[in-house]
Amino acid sequence: MAYVAVSGGEEAIEASIRLLSYYRSGTEKDLELEVIQEKMSLLVDRVMSEAGLYSKTYAALALKQCEGSSDEAVFLLRAYRSTLKRSYDSLVADTRDMRLVRRISAAFKDIPGGQMLGASYDYTHRLMDFDLQREDAAALCQKMHQTVADQEPVEIAPCGRVSDELKTEGLIDRFEQDNEEPYDVTQNLLEFPVPRSARLQTLSRADTGFISGLAYSVLRGFGQVHPTVGELRCGYVEIEVPYLEDAAESLWIGEILLTDVEVFNEADDKDQLKLACGYGAVMGRNENKAIAMAVLDHELDTTGDYPTQNDEFVLLHGDSLEMNGFISHLKLPHYVTFQSKLDAVRKTRRERHDG
Amino acid sequence: MMDKYNYAFLDEGSKREIRRSVLKAVAIPGYQVPFGSRELPIGRGWGTGGIQLTLSLIGPEDTLKVIDQGSDESVNAVNIKKFVKMCTGVPCTTRTQEATIIQTRHRIPEVPMTNGQILVLQVPLPEPLRIVEPQEAVTKKMHAESDYAPIWLQLYESLIKYGKVTISAEYPCLVEDRYIMNPSPIPKFDNSKLHDAECLYLFGAGREKKIYAIPPHTKVVSLAFDDVPFEKESFRGKKCRLCGSTDTYLDEIFDSATGERYYQCSDTSYCKEVRSK
Repeated sequence: MAYVAVSGGEEAIEASIRLLSYYRSGTEKDLELEVIQEKMSLLVDRVMSEAGLYSKTYAALALKQCEGSSDEAVFLLRAYRSTLKRSYDSLVADTRDMRLVRRISAAFKDIPGGQMLGASYDYTHRLMDFDLQREDAAALCQKMHQTVADQEPVEIAPCGRVSDELKTEGLIDRFEQDNEEPYDVTQNLLEFPVPRSARLQTLSRADTGFISGLAYSVLRGFGQVHPTVGELRCGYVEIEVPYLEDAAESLWIGEILLTDVEVFNEADDKDQLKLACGYGAVMGRNENKAIAMAVLDHELDTTGDYPTQNDEFVLLHGDSLEMNGFISHLKLPHYVTFQSKLDAVRKTRRERHDG
Repeated sequence: MMDKYNYAFLDEGSKREIRRSVLKAVAIPGYQVPFGSRELPIGRGWGTGGIQLTLSLIGPEDTLKVIDQGSDESVNAVNIKKFVKMCTGVPCTTRTQEATIIQTRHRIPEVPMTNGQILVLQVPLPEPLRIVEPQEAVTKKMHAESDYAPIWLQLYESLIKYGKVTISAEYPCLVEDRYIMNPSPIPKFDNSKLHDAECLYLFGAGREKKIYAIPPHTKVVSLAFDDVPFEKESFRGKKCRLCGSTDTYLDEIFDSATGERYYQCSDTSYCKEVRSK
């Protein structure tokens, strides 16, 4: 009877919370925020993306506070986000103008602007490097900084998308710029059918594991397609807000790291075929999530019986906070409802036996 | 720590927006009003709809009571009480009569509530039609058209199969002859307290982003057939082992040492009050 609704519950709960500090205390060495932020970048990126809050420092703090649980960290950041006044909406940022750190295409060898591998674990052997058990971090950091300092800087020009060419050729439909005010999923209930802006926001903040699994189901057989990654790009996008004194001016407030993906799928075009495009964009470096998002974006444009073609199924079950909150609530006492359930079960049995 | 946060946690704009949704809910009893549910430091599914209602309504002159499954000391109640107290400093009570706002999970207090009191109920799944239709777009249309045949059919089928309507807690009600509403997972025992009440009932579903209300003196009828009346949980021949009450909702407790089964009031503050008389 661990947390029974009798007196004494309050002290037991306090003690449980104190025990957490003990679990977190582990060693005398401090886990500095700078270390988490700089050396656990991919985890920080994932947490920021699922939280929908771009702050490496706060993401690192959240991770430190909860023993590195990504869903607890997302939880902390989301709750903090609720307390912040929203002062501005940023201007539209075009990811064409991204300061690229990586750009690849699985569709064409040669793309205008070129491929740039950047950094990726894709090309490594996943062998445990036992030397890292003892590493001179300071020496490594200095050496890397020196290597970068010794390089001759090269200008990387912003480049158009791979899909631009295919649109010119008429293989991909060209759409009018949609300048509708985007639907804000953080301030409104999702009402189905949802506009695409709501779909993309929801997918972009979704739990990485959830949407990766769903996208996998599409590829494996519970879906139509094996899409081609037309383009995956990762880089820094500048964020600006309108300058209130003068509508023609804007204020630069910083840059954020994004991963941006377009996938191509075959689609019907009356009696011939065309290519359809799915889009994904997520905060930080999280390529599989961005690809999964692009796969689902396209899949939701199709109709059929697969779960991934149902927008309510896909969009309502992938939010880290919502799914983990509701699953964990099962641990709350359900004495009253269970009593009611018992009563219903017993009544059907008693009457049958009597009858 | 809380000096870094606004009074009642949420920013004033968010609280005002929630109050606007509450007004709409009161104006259309039983109708689920969508709202921009904010994330809180407490888990989705742990009463965040109720907490947002409480936070947006509460002021320094209020007195708060929070119960979970009837108990003031259960884990969810303690947690929420601590949080609201931390960000508002309002006094808390366990006595139903003293509270201006009572937030609850799965119960309505045994002491009848009065005019001037608000009961905030935490709702996990606000949609009463979800048991017959998984899609929100479809259930919304069913409500608009008062197309409630599938849920009646569900009741009928359970009657045919088991000889009883087997829905246990969160038994659906018809509000003002218009909307079918999920009263939240209160036991059927509490359903009658919703009808023609003195107080305001507010229902908040944080994860599902819906608010609905039963204003005072609203007609609330639990679904039943003319020839098969609504039946609540029965505790015939049982009484609370602490206070002796025979007219309250009882928790069944099983003593693993003796193998004995006994009952006690689920509403712990009511039980305490009866004993102290």
